[in-house]
Amino acid sequence: MADIRSPIPGTFYRRPSPEEPPFKAEGDTVAVGDVVGLVEVMKTFIEVKADAAGTVKRFAVENEEPVAAGAVIVELEG
Amino acid sequence: MGIRRLFVANRGEIAVRIVRAAHALGIEAVQAYSEADADMLAVKLADASVCVGPPQAAKSYLNIEALIAAAKETGCDAVHPGYGFLAENAGFAEAVEAAGLIFVGPSADTIRRMGDKAAAREAAIAAGVPVVPGSDGRVGTADEAAAAAEKIGYPVMIKAAAGGGGRGIRIAETPEDLRRLAPQARSEAQAAFGDGGLYLERVIRDARHIEVQILGDGTRAVHCYERECSLQRRRQKVWEEAPAACLDTATRETLCASAVRLAEAVNYRGAGTLEYLYDAKTGEFFFIEMNTRIQVEHPVTEMVTGIDLVAEMIRVAGGAPLSMRQEDISLDGHAIEVRINAEDPANSFMPFPGLIGTLEVPEGDGIRFDAMIYEGYQIPPFYDSLLGKLIVHAPTREAAIAKMAETLARLKIEGAKTTIPLHAALAADSAVRAGEFHTQFLEPWLETNPLTAD
Repeated sequence: MADIRSPIPGTFYRRPSPEEPPFKAEGDTVAVGDVVGLVEVMKTFIEVKADAAGTVKRFAVENEEPVAAGAVIVELEG
Repeated sequence: MGIRRLFVANRGEIAVRIVRAAHALGIEAVQAYSEADADMLAVKLADASVCVGPPQAAKSYLNIEALIAAAKETGCDAVHPGYGFLAENAGFAEAVEAAGLIFVGPSADTIRRMGDKAAAREAAIAAGVPVVPGSDGRVGTADEAAAAAEKIGYPVMIKAAAGGGGRGIRIAETPEDLRRLAPQARSEAQAAFGDGGLYLERVIRDARHIEVQILGDGTRAVHCYERECSLQRRRQKVWEEAPAACLDTATRETLCASAVRLAEAVNYRGAGTLEYLYDAKTGEFFFIEMNTRIQVEHPVTEMVTGIDLVAEMIRVAGGAPLSMRQEDISLDGHAIEVRINAEDPANSFMPFPGLIGTLEVPEGDGIRFDAMIYEGYQIPPFYDSLLGKLIVHAPTREAAIAKMAETLARLKIEGAKTTIPLHAALAADSAVRAGEFHTQFLEPWLETNPLTAD
């Protein structure tokens, strides 16, 4: 099944800001182009967008954890 | 009793700079590093190194307990905070001292006082240092506002007393504008912040950013002249010079003397910088804030004065009095520094955490490269994008710009996109060459001078 990968190395965030809810939760449907999280690279925040549609099966990276370029962030199903 | 073993609580190029200054003084250096920084240059140069936590700065370079524990475990007697991270954190300075270690910087009280904009402004006024003219606190009625604006001088900025982030700011060019705009600002502030309080401040158009380097030993202070850092993008300095070519000698002396007065008034210890706005049209300067640490752009001052600022701040922290008197410090020629960032200037300055390939660094008289990179170094994505600084020194500003252009053309950093093309374009620009710029110059310039991929 399709995965959403990080375009760049950095620190992964699931929320737009600490006070707001996560962009996506497990079980949510995702359309192409939906933002599923942010990666902070050198103090710049880059949006991680879905390049395939589906349902979020699980997040492979925890909030505020380091992520490598090309690493799987979200596993999709459906 | 001098310092014998110094803990470097920072990373990147400033960590390299501090390790080198310690060695120049015969002091051992112990380098802190995060799990993402085990192979950084400062670790290789230091006498010992210790991991202080995971890649995220909040868990390593900002982790006060971990840093102090590491400094103690490795037998250090002092801590250098560098810039950024905890450098201006009064709580860190306090914790370092509570652990029986020396903090290389001013006292926690001074950091706290000068870090508070209102308190710093009061200290400046008390020391006779000009600040941006403004109302004495809030203005009540329309008549009060008009009277205050008359004293301040137009144009004035109308700001919400409870505001922040630029919300509710209006600019009045004339008394008529003020009468019309103040009520709007008041109702907007009331709606946004539940507080309709307003205050007024003079608008300094096309201001230049000029800052004075000072050194103090807690009793006496000296200045090491000024820098001009008006070329900024998103409030980040891009290109810095010393001295400021737009100042005449009399203004320079008055400006620098004001900085020494303020530094002595707060019993400043260590290296510090007083930032001013300079209105080139009227020749007026206004203190805006103080940075109680060494700054990124300190090398331009070192090049024109011959003083090792980092070594001096370490000596003073160890209890030594200042090693120089004001009359020992003089200006020699002109220096320029450019910040080499791992960003692609042809693509909205997108960060580029690459793997450094071939590195060719020009050498020669008046050329200095303060950097954290080496061939085969993988730039970590977790921190800021500053890879290093190229500094040139020449007898005149014109010669320094020519030297900058020529040195940039010979500096090769493969494996990463960097801001070198931006600096080359600036060095070739006629306004930059003529010194005709201000803090609002660079962003519009980037709009009209797009950089293409090289």
